[in-house]
Amino acid sequence: MVGFALKRAALLIATLLVSSFVVFSALFIAPGNPLAQLSGGRTLPPEAVAALEQRYHLDDPFLVRYWHWLTSALHGDFGDSIAARESVSAVIGQRIGTTAALVALAALIIVVAGIGLGLLAGLRPGLADGGVLVLTSVLAAVPSFLAAIVLISLFSVNLGWLPALGNGSGFADGVKHLVLPAFALALASLAIVARVTRVAVREELGREHVQTATSRGIPRAQVIRRHVLRNAAIPITTITGITIASLIATSAVVETAFSLNGLGSALVQAAATKDFAVVQGIALVLVVAFVLVNVLVDLLYALLDPRIALGSRAT
Amino acid sequence: MSALLEVERLSVTLPVEGKPRSVLHDVSLSIAPGEALGLVGESGSGKSMTARAAARLLPPGARADGAVRFDGRDVRALRGRALRDYRGEVAMVFQDPRAHVNPVRRIGDFMTEALRTLGGVRSAEARRRAVAALADVGIDDGERRLRQYPHELSGGLLQRVMIATTLLSEPRLLLADEPTTALDVTTQAEVMAILDELRRERGMALLFITHDLELAGAVCDRTAVMYAGVVVETRASSLLHDDPLHPYTAALAGARPRIDATAERLTTIPGRSQSAFEAPASCPFAPRCAHVRPACEAERPPLRALDGGEVRCARAEELRGELEMTHV
Amino acid sequence: MSALATAGATVGGGRRRLAGSRVVTGLCVAIVAVALLAAVLGPLLAPHDPNAADLNNAFVGPYGDHPLGFDGQGRDLLSRLLDGARSSMLGPAIVVAVAMAAGTLLAVVSAWLGGWVDSAIGAVLDVLFAFPAVLLAILAAAVFGAGLTAAALALAVAYTPYIARVLRSAALRERAREYVAALEVQGLPAVAICVRHLLPNMVGLVAAQATLLFGYAMVDLAAVSFIGLGVQPPQADWGVMVASGRAGVLQGYPAEALSAGLCIVLVVVAVNLLGERIAQRDGGGAR
Repeated sequence: MVGFALKRAALLIATLLVSSFVVFSALFIAPGNPLAQLSGGRTLPPEAVAALEQRYHLDDPFLVRYWHWLTSALHGDFGDSIAARESVSAVIGQRIGTTAALVALAALIIVVAGIGLGLLAGLRPGLADGGVLVLTSVLAAVPSFLAAIVLISLFSVNLGWLPALGNGSGFADGVKHLVLPAFALALASLAIVARVTRVAVREELGREHVQTATSRGIPRAQVIRRHVLRNAAIPITTITGITIASLIATSAVVETAFSLNGLGSALVQAAATKDFAVVQGIALVLVVAFVLVNVLVDLLYALLDPRIALGSRAT
Repeated sequence: MSALLEVERLSVTLPVEGKPRSVLHDVSLSIAPGEALGLVGESGSGKSMTARAAARLLPPGARADGAVRFDGRDVRALRGRALRDYRGEVAMVFQDPRAHVNPVRRIGDFMTEALRTLGGVRSAEARRRAVAALADVGIDDGERRLRQYPHELSGGLLQRVMIATTLLSEPRLLLADEPTTALDVTTQAEVMAILDELRRERGMALLFITHDLELAGAVCDRTAVMYAGVVVETRASSLLHDDPLHPYTAALAGARPRIDATAERLTTIPGRSQSAFEAPASCPFAPRCAHVRPACEAERPPLRALDGGEVRCARAEELRGELEMTHV
Repeated sequence: MSALATAGATVGGGRRRLAGSRVVTGLCVAIVAVALLAAVLGPLLAPHDPNAADLNNAFVGPYGDHPLGFDGQGRDLLSRLLDGARSSMLGPAIVVAVAMAAGTLLAVVSAWLGGWVDSAIGAVLDVLFAFPAVLLAILAAAVFGAGLTAAALALAVAYTPYIARVLRSAALRERAREYVAALEVQGLPAVAICVRHLLPNMVGLVAAQATLLFGYAMVDLAAVSFIGLGVQPPQADWGVMVASGRAGVLQGYPAEALSAGLCIVLVVVAVNLLGERIAQRDGGGAR
């Protein structure tokens, strides 16, 4: 198991390094002078130009530049935002809370509702199953930005239950402002998780080892818990992890739809205004988060399924 | 001596594509305490289904008629606690051990689960008993094995673990559904030897299901032969091979390739084996039988006693002496 | 996209029975046909100029020869939808074309050459897997400027690893077949074998994947246009219309956003069901 974890860790570091390299070098494959990119096409006073050149080491070889950028980033220094006239790390710091809360809330919804519905459908065939199938078919087809609009229209404009846009003020109000966005983000994913859960549970119910347990007189509830659900947990955890990882990118779309002050919306605005330091900084944070979640899923999978880490050796 | 397990006129239908199909028809057999009964037949003959009916493991949707009695109690009516107790008395060993053991739990967990849950036995004591049971089946490093996962054991080893596990509940009857079919021949012999020895030591009754007539004969006192969901013959194993009562049994025995003779072609039974719902309402073997007469196709012959065994054939008396090693 | 794709097979499980029904298949084909027609002939079919704005008509409901009413700028909604079909269908088409071409090429090369080439390509593709499609599109917009081309190409790059992985398995299977060895022995050059024998045997799988990919591309591209980094307003595009329709929604006039959204959903569902139908019939068994 240790060997397995070490291997994954090495792979993780390699992936992070290469991804950060891609994020960094994207600036330089753009047509034109990197300086023009950094300044967003605006003309700057000579002192600002000199500062930028020094900051980005524009006279140094490419790899040196990359190294400087990376090491600074690891210390939390991503450079300065041209539009906002403050450091990128300040921008990230202000906004990361919103995005983290949004993704966490959406993840909670996916786990509770998605797995819950899937279990319901898998363990109780009949009407519950049919209902869940129809519901998930509909939900899976609605992209998150459309879900956002529909939710706003229904719960905000028509029913007036929840606020539509913005972050709100204070904790309680802030949470209220995250409810619709979290659902918009989670709906399609929860449908997928529900479906996979249902299939996984159904398959495990039909497996022979479940029959063996039953044949030995073990009570049904315990069979379900220790053999059906425990084994179904493997594919369920995998798909839940994958969908949660995908939330990291989709949050940008939902934040924009609800005018939330999160990392995603900042990224979108920065991309539109070519505020490149911000784009690089936030993109790096998001990619790292994405890769980390995926690695966590892999580790969980190995923990749940002993055949993976130990390999198959018949003795 | 009253029978331990008694199956009386059992018929089972299964829903196939919405319609009920017969898989067992009018099956009757009995096993005395400590006796070993072989149940032989080709695929689709219903032998597995019979064992499942006895073990209360019929698939969902199955409908059954007739009686299954254990120690005089009606098995089909058991519920709750009584059913769980029954499962301790009647244990089942399945064909493919790898599919029947949960791959994500350790062997120790698999073996001791029933003991801890139903018997209220504490973990340490349960493990002790498991190690002892493993020793009984020839696995000496039991402690180490308990900590391993199923995928780390070979098929033969896993099957022995399965058998050891059934012993833990000290069953009075063991239902073995083709326990060695998925194993190679050497391992097969080992597992069979273990089953035989355990049975004698513990006075355990055994229902041994197989498609191999000779294998059944090696281990079982009596053998029942099934075809198309129906029992066609039951007889002492020693007599079955050389002095069969039913044409199908003779054909089965004759179809086995002989090492001590050369032949131009291997003997087979013409046609293919049928399931209960495919067979005609008359004698099910009639379409493939070499000794068929018009009367055979008129109605299904009943199972009746003859010469110390039972047979379901209209011409059984006539064919006595002629069926010896008949080649169809 | 990877989450959707990974679970696609399972979600489709229940839909497979649905997809098999003749009526449903016909309906899907009809929807896609209408969308294609609108994409090709949109401007000609539109009853009014999709760009003619008249603020006096903002948010007015259906009347006269304006069956769907007006959007927030007073433009005829139906005409906007028909005009929008062009970029909404063209974008995903570009994505699919590029991703399938690149993915197929990489898959066949990997499968054929094997060894270090396979590992190297695999490693590069694995890195790309670390980038969610939408994120890559945002990066591309920052670098090359917002627009349909940059977004579409970025998405294509993001999807290529997935396609390459799926097709590689099929290519490996074909490669291992005996007829390929026979052709090699006869001296036929590798390229010829791949083009004339390997690829045609993968056509079913390729078609199924391409169709499914179209659906995902449409959703992702509409999302990119929605956040303002894809197709640019005032050009009509369903994703753009959902974004500009947000103002209307807030004022109680959801027609623009919902109608554009409905178009997206209908086409995506129709395409997905068709993709599953194709996969059912001749999916090449890669599932």
